[in-house]
Amino acid sequence: MTHKQLELQANEIREDIIKMLVEAGSGHSAGPLGLADIFTALYFEVMEHRPKQPEWPGRDRLVLSNGHTVPVRYATMARAGYFPVSELKTLRKFGSRLQGHPERVRLPGLETTSGPLGSGLSQAAGMALALRMDGSRGRVYCITGDGELDEGNIWEGAMFAAAKKLTNLTVIVDRNNIQIDGPTERVMPLGDVAQKFAAFGWHVIEIDGHNMDAIISACNLAKAIVERPTVIIAHTIPGKGVDYMQYDYHWHGYFANVPGAPPAADQARIALHELRTLGGQIRSEHE
Amino acid sequence: MIDPQQHLAPDLLSPEVKQEANRMGFGRGLLEAAHKDKDIVALCADLTISTKMDDFAKSYPERFVEVGIAEQNLVTVAAGMALAGKTPFVSSYAAFSPGRNWEQIRTTICLNQTNVKIVGSHAGVSVGPDGATHQMLEDIALMRVLPNMTVVVPADAVEAAKATIVLASHKGPAYLRLAREKSPVITTDKSPFSLSKAQVLRAGTDLTIVACGALVYQALVAAEALSKQGIEAEVINAAVVKPLDTITIVASAKKTGAVLTAEEAQVAGGLGGAVAETLADHHPVPMSRIGLLDHFGESGTPAELMEHFGLTAPHITAKAQELIKRK
Repeated sequence: MTHKQLELQANEIREDIIKMLVEAGSGHSAGPLGLADIFTALYFEVMEHRPKQPEWPGRDRLVLSNGHTVPVRYATMARAGYFPVSELKTLRKFGSRLQGHPERVRLPGLETTSGPLGSGLSQAAGMALALRMDGSRGRVYCITGDGELDEGNIWEGAMFAAAKKLTNLTVIVDRNNIQIDGPTERVMPLGDVAQKFAAFGWHVIEIDGHNMDAIISACNLAKAIVERPTVIIAHTIPGKGVDYMQYDYHWHGYFANVPGAPPAADQARIALHELRTLGGQIRSEHE
Repeated sequence: MIDPQQHLAPDLLSPEVKQEANRMGFGRGLLEAAHKDKDIVALCADLTISTKMDDFAKSYPERFVEVGIAEQNLVTVAAGMALAGKTPFVSSYAAFSPGRNWEQIRTTICLNQTNVKIVGSHAGVSVGPDGATHQMLEDIALMRVLPNMTVVVPADAVEAAKATIVLASHKGPAYLRLAREKSPVITTDKSPFSLSKAQVLRAGTDLTIVACGALVYQALVAAEALSKQGIEAEVINAAVVKPLDTITIVASAKKTGAVLTAEEAQVAGGLGGAVAETLADHHPVPMSRIGLLDHFGESGTPAELMEHFGLTAPHITAKAQELIKRK
């Protein structure tokens, strides 16, 4: 795919996310929309994987540490061919493989179970260490939120991955500056995330998390780093693609009928129109 | 009398009975399991020698992972390694693991169904002078309540070695509880051990004593004293607290009509809790439960503390005499 095609693919995934959340009636909105470009780049360009053979031993692995953003992963996996797109409408429903937070044993390809924050980086490090012991060339990617960096387990894992020189590990921090109670710098200031990781012994790259070229070249550069794991701090816009959601922490999301719930039907129509018209730049094929 | 099929140590009731800490048995078992299975790895949180991972670390340095003083990291790194095909054993003091990292164990090991073996050493009041912070008493309750978790509390060092080897080839999450102090070695290499069966060490008709860990020895000594008074106690080693062998325990309760439990842990949620739940469901009988009764420990010698909290044969004997009057 060309990078332009990848951008369009990311937009289609954003539409899927809005539709899934409206159908589910609960779930997080802003984070998944903000991560659509990164997920598209990973699944359609960066990672070695086989959608029809999710357990293929030679695959690269993706650990989603901030499990609440899983709608973007489900939508991307469906578009990549892991399961039918029609299954997306079962999100958060009884009996669904698409649990509200990802459960590995229910859906092949999820790699792990997550939701409680802070434990993904260490699991990714454990995978990277085990793959290296076995002489595998597979790489491990881990996506974390930025609010999630409040968790102590993250920094235990960061110290560990650097100590063990896990060059086959790439962590992508979704730096969208929001968490449930408000802006990250007001709730619990993170300060200079790049310096923090550098001080822990990581190679640090900072990018615009919506620039497809930047995402792909940062992931490729990480493969060439020796002696250190790499962290990509991806600056993203929460709610990316939907004007009234962008930058507003209230759309971080929780349950229906409270601030941050998924969009109601009329709001969803506005959101889908915006995504389909690329913010009014093109005519929608659906309307 | 003691069942000869159990092949217990012939000198177990003599003062000269061999004594060894059950963590030593774990160290031997881990090494033996590792010889046979190259996928076994061991992770430790800055307590390699005292949790007896040192022989493994020396023999298999490339399969030993030091994580430093970071118990949340300890179990989550292990979960990741298990997801990539390894069989990790992780050790620390029980107060810290599974004491500190319970949610990580719940989500990344139990719900996630990863093949991680959690080894909690230095459990119980017999840790002694270190005091209450380091005397883990709630670990059985914390681990027993988790779906998919197996919980094993070996009676001695020989059984700890056996349990380690069995758990190494058992697929799924497990917790192995160990103690710091030496205790009598009552089983032998020939003694049976199974994850699905409690062992009836001594047959009796008047009451049943269900015990785990170091209290199994105390129960056997108490049974001998009771026998001299004409009271025949059946003694069951419930080393596998979960899944509890309901069939064996209920059958014994039906036969004797009274059940006493004994453990070096909080009775609430511990072995006493597990046996009470099972009997309430299947065959309620008068019960009495020995262990920590909603109390923390404190500093002292192991012997002083075991005595203070009633974790000794004379206390078991006295409780048994009271209990049979309620039949």
